[in-house]
Amino acid sequence: MSGALAKPVMRGMLAKRLRFHLIAAFSLAIGIAATFKFAVAEPRKRAYAEFYKKYDAAKEFEAMREAGVFVSARPTGK
Amino acid sequence: VTPSYSYFTSAHDVKVHHKPRLIRHVHYSESSSDEEKEGVAAPVLDCSQPQYTDRPDIPLPDITYITKYNLEQLKLKEKESGPWSQLTKDEKLALYRLNFQKTYAEMRQRSNEWKTVLGVVLWFVGLTGLFYWWGLAYVYQPVPHTFSEDWVAMQTQRMLDLRINPISGFSSHWDYEKKQWKK
Repeated sequence: MSGALAKPVMRGMLAKRLRFHLIAAFSLAIGIAATFKFAVAEPRKRAYAEFYKKYDAAKEFEAMREAGVFVSARPTGK
Repeated sequence: VTPSYSYFTSAHDVKVHHKPRLIRHVHYSESSSDEEKEGVAAPVLDCSQPQYTDRPDIPLPDITYITKYNLEQLKLKEKESGPWSQLTKDEKLALYRLNFQKTYAEMRQRSNEWKTVLGVVLWFVGLTGLFYWWGLAYVYQPVPHTFSEDWVAMQTQRMLDLRINPISGFSSHWDYEKKQWKK
């Protein structure tokens, strides 16, 4: 026999695959969830908070009324 | 006396039961009537018989690759029943090739088929493009007047007046003080 080959892996293939894929699956899942939270959810919450800090509903209403979008509150027509 | 394994026999075999056990007939339908009817020289594949496949997830297919041995192969098979240390390397390889058509390396060998597949797929996409152009030119009617520039301008102004999505959407991009789109 010339040049014997190395003995191939005989056991533990499922365990090895599971170990790799379990770690990968959990990291990916957590990573993607965290990325979404900090790239989408938090900015969105901040945008809403900022908007409503300086929001004057009455002023906005008058502006919309002057623009003529309401039916029951026509522009004051000065 | 009929042989005990009907698996390995055909009508032909019944007459000669002193033939070596090594001969197994190829699992194609061997009834001559088939060939007469179809007038085809190629054997008919009998899918009720085990088939040989080269698949990496099937290390030992149901049957060996070569089932009908010629004289040379028969001699090799006889030698195989003796001590294997007396087999030369080439004989061992020949025995392997009797049992298997491709090695794992050959099975896994990549080919250039993907280029052909991609080419044909893109060609069909192009064909679809031709159909699409024809539809545009000869089937579709002009779009409604509400898509004209003037109308869209009026529509945009109305959307801004209504404060559509003022937080992170449409109206959030408009600067109401300067009356222009935010940079």
